[in-house]
Amino acid sequence: MSVKHLKTLGWYLILMGIGYVFLFPLLFMLFSSLKPEQAIFADLYSIRAILPVGELSLDNYRNVFEKSNVSLYFLNSLFITGGTVILGLFVNSLLAFTLSRMAWSGQKVVLSVVIALMIIPLEAIVVPLLLLASKLPSIGWEQGMFVLKSSWLNTLHVQMLPFVANSFFIFLFYQFFRDIPKDFDEAAELDGATPFQVYRHILVPMSGPVFATVAILHFLLMWNQYIWPIMAVQGEDARPLMPGIQIFFGRQSSWGEIMAYASLVTLPVLAVFLMFQKKFVTSLAGAGIKG
Amino acid sequence: MASVLAARQPENDEKPRRRYVFLMSTPALLGLFMFLVVPFFMAVAMSFTDQRLLSPNETSWVGLRNYDRLLNVSGLVQEPVRDEAGQVVRDEDGQIDYPRLRTLLRSDPAMADYKLFTSWDLGEKRYIVLAKDPHFIQSFINTLLFVLLVVPLQCGLALALALLINRQLRGIFLFRTVFFSPVVTSIVVVSIVWSFLYHKDLGLFNHYLQAMSFGLIGPIDWLGDPDWAMPSIVIMSAWQAAGVQMLIFLAGLQGISQDLYEAADLDGAGAWSKFWHITLPGLRNTVVFVVISTTIQAFGLFTQVDVMTQGGPQGSTSTVMYHAVTKGFREQDIAYGSAISVIFFLVILGIALFQKRLFDSKGDK
Repeated sequence: MSVKHLKTLGWYLILMGIGYVFLFPLLFMLFSSLKPEQAIFADLYSIRAILPVGELSLDNYRNVFEKSNVSLYFLNSLFITGGTVILGLFVNSLLAFTLSRMAWSGQKVVLSVVIALMIIPLEAIVVPLLLLASKLPSIGWEQGMFVLKSSWLNTLHVQMLPFVANSFFIFLFYQFFRDIPKDFDEAAELDGATPFQVYRHILVPMSGPVFATVAILHFLLMWNQYIWPIMAVQGEDARPLMPGIQIFFGRQSSWGEIMAYASLVTLPVLAVFLMFQKKFVTSLAGAGIKG
Repeated sequence: MASVLAARQPENDEKPRRRYVFLMSTPALLGLFMFLVVPFFMAVAMSFTDQRLLSPNETSWVGLRNYDRLLNVSGLVQEPVRDEAGQVVRDEDGQIDYPRLRTLLRSDPAMADYKLFTSWDLGEKRYIVLAKDPHFIQSFINTLLFVLLVVPLQCGLALALALLINRQLRGIFLFRTVFFSPVVTSIVVVSIVWSFLYHKDLGLFNHYLQAMSFGLIGPIDWLGDPDWAMPSIVIMSAWQAAGVQMLIFLAGLQGISQDLYEAADLDGAGAWSKFWHITLPGLRNTVVFVVISTTIQAFGLFTQVDVMTQGGPQGSTSTVMYHAVTKGFREQDIAYGSAISVIFFLVILGIALFQKRLFDSKGDK
């Protein structure tokens, strides 16, 4: 074996050692969720902790479904995340389109205001947002009829509407649209296309990468939301997964069940991540540099 | 072609065009206005009132009272108790006896709102720091401590990982994915799983520590010991989020010209000197960006604390955001929570302006 080979082997050993540190909690969570309580502790200090070995079953998962309303929370999370991402892709890209490809008065001011808004973090407005949401009227559906409610609290839409428009995503769209040559739109407009048709038939088909990037970032943001749902949603009906798991965790459930719940929360994100990893990882790096 | 252009009369064209601009930009602008701009100004306005979430009383203007309660810190020096002969009174253990602080504060109306923050004895005198809201002062110091610990750790870890995977090896992409995987795992889930690993008796960390030190390092109560709770959250947070900065550093590394390294090779430069003289200067902008964005994020620390420690033990992990949510939401004192939000925003604004200055000064060169 030559020196070069030894060096390569050394790098792989280092990479694998660090990889173990990074992957351990995730694998430990996933495989512990399949094991009975005693096996989790028995395997903890050996390599078995991150291997699917021993007596495996879905008992922990069954218990989670029995003890907690996890399927409702799951559907809520899915609806909140999916709805916000779809609405967000639409309204954020439309605004970015008018900012980057149409000339209108006040455009420059609006653009600088949108960029300036990026530095207001959610944390800085979450307390007054709670008061605002408690005072907005809404229409709810209770026992087969529409009822007028005096507050947005404890609804699904209070977890969606405030997060549809996002200045960072508008900025990402703006940057991408700005760099597409304007010849296409001008030709289409000469043929009588409306601005919306230009957006729909020319710009959107050319902007796959930025739509994918924003969709994934927005998905992660919404799926992992925590601080807002614990404040705005007290009841069970509209509760999403993250506050749900915190309550389950606080209830002194068994570790196997907690790991099963944690796996349920994580698997959809992991699936999305593994499907799009290459594109996702590349676009995130680019977004960071520009942002 | 000429006829088409002629047909585009401005007066026929402008109105529908303006309507399109209006229709297409309104939804997003309305969302930003309603749920970002309005709450922001509400925060500023409410911080000068006594607004509560649910209250039968009218809200009234209280001026700077919330800020006074938040930020007011005062000091006090106590002389020991002396007997008739002027001798210092000591208890059975030889400890100096001081007048009772609570009695002292109650006796003076100007001091009645103050509570003990911390104190220390020097010579015969006792030095006391008082604050109107000692929890906030402590939370602010805890937040600063978190930022000062997590930023270098996380950014350093991210840079090290980026350097490690920025090489031509078969299957390197797999490792990139592995190092990134904690980022896509929710911080709530990460906090729960790590609570298990940090467990005093059963946890993996104590097991490894004891095994590696041959039992010398006893079991540490990671989340239950006031000295260890914040560092424990720091380590976990850096581990969870370093993947994002790793990718940003990687993009920065790939922007450095390879020619520089080849020239350095010709000069016989070592790996260390190449890192100091080529890699780090080449990454300057990236480092500034990563450090600032990590700092801003770190100031918002809340979720890990809420899941793992609820601010304890003894307030050692309470943070500015945790205090804001406790006051503004759990105790329903919206006005006070808003005042904390305003302070929080001013800190973020300060960092952002600092960042702008750094970038501008770089542009001048």
